[in-house]
Amino acid sequence: MENKKATIILHSGGFDKIMSAYIVGNGFLSMGIPVSIFFTFWGLNALKKKGFDRAPLSKMNMLGLGRAMIKRRMKRHNVASLEELAQSYKSLGGITIACTMTMELMGIAKEDLREDLVTEYGTVGKYCYVSKDAAITLFI
Amino acid sequence: MATAVKTVVDCISENCPMPLVKTRAAIMDAKKGDVIMVKGTHPQSYEEIPMALDAMDIKVLEQKYEDATWYITFMVS
Repeated sequence: MENKKATIILHSGGFDKIMSAYIVGNGFLSMGIPVSIFFTFWGLNALKKKGFDRAPLSKMNMLGLGRAMIKRRMKRHNVASLEELAQSYKSLGGITIACTMTMELMGIAKEDLREDLVTEYGTVGKYCYVSKDAAITLFI
Repeated sequence: MATAVKTVVDCISENCPMPLVKTRAAIMDAKKGDVIMVKGTHPQSYEEIPMALDAMDIKVLEQKYEDATWYITFMVS
């Protein structure tokens, strides 16, 4: 089977949406399909230092209570943490593009980001260039 | 089974997507011809690991369930 590329735009900054992007990204990589995730707008907050810890649930966050509850349930059901998912995504060769336009817009410097996770910096041009050969594109 | 297993990937108690991820990581570390056995308990992965192997043109040599644990054996091609 020909392994085509997949790209994901992570526009949302919710804990659950970041989880989804990484889970799907890991899934594609596990099947030998190269993946790039473009972190833009609220999604870029995930790549900030402590971004995974600070990300609220997109629904029923209840001042962090909902997130704490989900994290407890994740542990109980042996669901990998965001950090583990991000590390496996990286080790399987997943590409992480940080949107520099969002960085400028929100006053985020490279030093504010998890540079250990970011593989590339770029704007829509880079995303479109990577996506032109992609068979699958998801917007989260 | 006649072929000797070189690597055992333990995914017991692991949930989605880690059995898939660990399988792929083992393939990346392996050489062509290596036989890998993945064992786990996550029910959907018993179906989905063979799907991932199919996507990579890797044939399953053996697949079985014993009690609540499944075993999937394949040769890296």
